Amino acid sequence: MSARKIVFTSGKGGVGKTTTTANVGAALAKAGKRVVLVDADIGLRNLDLVLGLEKRIVFDLVEVVEGRCQVRQALIKDKRFDSLSILPAAQTRDKDAVTPEQMGKVIDDLAASADYVLIDCPAGIEGGFRNAIAGASEAVVVTTPEVSAIRDADRVIGKLAERAMPVRLIVNRIRPDMVRSGDMLSVDDVCEILSAELLGIIPDDEEVIDTTNRGEPVVLGEGNRLRAIYEKIARRLEGELVPFTNLDTPGFFGRLLGALKAG
Amino acid sequence: MQVLQTQDEQPLSGSSAALGRAIVITSGKGGVGKTTTTANLGTALARRGARVALIDADVGLRNLDIVLGLESRVKHHVLDVLEDRVPLDEALVRDKNSSTLYLLAAAQTREKDEVDTDKMIALVQTLRERFDYVLIDCPAGIERGFKNAVAGAHEAIVVCTPEVSAVRDVDRVIGLLGNRFEPKLVINRVRPHLVRKGKMLSVQDVNAILRLSLLGVIADEPEVIVSTNKGEPLALRNDSPTASAYHAIAARLAGEDVPAPMVEYKESFMERLGSFFGGRR
Amino acid sequence: MIEFFNRLFGRQTSGATAKERLRLVLMSDHLSLAPEMIDAMKRDLVDVISHYVEVDRDRIDVHFEHQDKALAMLANIPITGVARNGASVEHAANGATNGHLHAERTDAAQPEVRAAPAQLPIEADAQQALAPSGDEPLAPAAGETEGVTAAAQAQRTAKPKAVTAKNGARPRRRRRKNTAG
Repeated sequence: MSARKIVFTSGKGGVGKTTTTANVGAALAKAGKRVVLVDADIGLRNLDLVLGLEKRIVFDLVEVVEGRCQVRQALIKDKRFDSLSILPAAQTRDKDAVTPEQMGKVIDDLAASADYVLIDCPAGIEGGFRNAIAGASEAVVVTTPEVSAIRDADRVIGKLAERAMPVRLIVNRIRPDMVRSGDMLSVDDVCEILSAELLGIIPDDEEVIDTTNRGEPVVLGEGNRLRAIYEKIARRLEGELVPFTNLDTPGFFGRLLGALKAG
Repeated sequence: MQVLQTQDEQPLSGSSAALGRAIVITSGKGGVGKTTTTANLGTALARRGARVALIDADVGLRNLDIVLGLESRVKHHVLDVLEDRVPLDEALVRDKNSSTLYLLAAAQTREKDEVDTDKMIALVQTLRERFDYVLIDCPAGIERGFKNAVAGAHEAIVVCTPEVSAVRDVDRVIGLLGNRFEPKLVINRVRPHLVRKGKMLSVQDVNAILRLSLLGVIADEPEVIVSTNKGEPLALRNDSPTASAYHAIAARLAGEDVPAPMVEYKESFMERLGSFFGGRR
Repeated sequence: MIEFFNRLFGRQTSGATAKERLRLVLMSDHLSLAPEMIDAMKRDLVDVISHYVEVDRDRIDVHFEHQDKALAMLANIPITGVARNGASVEHAANGATNGHLHAERTDAAQPEVRAAPAQLPIEADAQQALAPSGDEPLAPAAGETEGVTAAAQAQRTAKPKAVTAKNGARPRRRRRKNTAG
């Protein structure tokens, strides 16, 4: 039984693909799934850093592709979870070190003994992007509610549609206060503009910076709302119908505008 | 590629013989503020009277036009010029707000590897003959788009946020830029309250690793989002700290001695930095 | 609610501005990514117009422009012939010939064109009705070439449906028959 192969992409850089891939993967692993995360950002690797595993890298994706090691040797097991591993990217190579076909083969290899293979896609729509989607059969597009990010997401969704790849959307870094004052597009606005199915809504949260600095996935922390949100995303990926959490505080005037959601 | 006709040429401000400066604005990491910086720095320089051309080198993912509010005025793009379909003059879009600021938009439906590097270099050279500053907005990453953006430039500004991934990527980019450049650093989206709590790298932390000449520091400001929504760069205003920061950067770029803003930072966790680079410093 | 107050005072929130701008920009992006659809649309447009006047298909220009708060399609279609009584020129719809006309060489330099009245089934399913601009009269003299510029507001959703040419046949070029004189 082969794993689900999901690429996390965006077009625009810096919207939270890597953080999201890491945390959704961690949430799935916490729920008992066998998860492999693949960093497809050759030359600008960051998935290892975000998970605090950067010191344990021995082999990387390019070396696997070039046959200099087995894929199992390159996988780094995250000891904080029962079944979470990452395949790091190479830092000193170029994205043309790997072809889409080679990428596809590595992903299939990994998929044979996992439940989920999540691929962290680089920014842009160049070779790195093409490699990253080559291995996937589903896509999650991450965007923020900002004009440039949405425009790029639209372009990426178009490219994914060309390959008939199912797409779901995560809206990251939403600021309910700015949405309420009309200074930021709402999640509904974003979904309407992009015509995509919503997978998750993640509010802007300064904790993410801190956890990234420390190399700790959010889901390992206690009682923070981001953890609950990533866990819900994981459940939705599993097929569960999970309602989106209401971000309104009680008695707030904003209720009149309609519930602002997260989750 | 077409050589620029001189009939309707306007004289350069200042010396007519001096070539303009071609500066690439890059970062490696996406989303740190390259495009915002290009737009605002261009606006700030234009407000000082300089003639400025902005090139969006992000083929396929154009955004400089929308940040400037010029998306409805773009009719032609860089590849139209490089492939000789339109003369440069027709492709240059004048800014709505600054009369000496012009945009050369990216092609939206083409790919980055369709750009001929040599032609790009020639184009930048041509623009240098007409403008005091040619700012090239580099795409994220280090692939072909990055290489083409860098090819025509003679100076580089690297934009970094105080986050580990961004610092790491900039470090890589500095290596790739090589000896041709002495990149200057802009640190964007600093949140002083987080730095004080030790939850964010400080300016000193970042530059201790990167060791570049610091061109400016910009605090995180929600108004930036509003300005992008409206397509009106903050540098047009007088009441925004971000605008002041960009004006200071423009002044420094022009050679003025502008003191760095005074920001209070806590003594921070230098020792953690070692781990980001596998132990080597 | 905030939007309501803002509109009351004549202001628009930046979020609303952003949404509008994005809508237009994405329409424009999608159009530039669908050259085949645009070609098909051009063909359909010209097929419809050809029911009424003869056009120079080789010099047609159709492009899109941002106009204030909308995207507009601008078509410049040179007209090479109009029947004297305004009836249709010969065209072939689904292979059938609905009208025909005779050109007689007269002493005048330009051939006259007369067209037999014909039925005009509009077969092409063009999504924009194209109305010639009211203040640009069509040339009464046959043989003169005029351009008709029509602006059609393209009110489209972000993802336009594919337009196919329903009537695949193109009008045949009008044949001038010289009667011996």
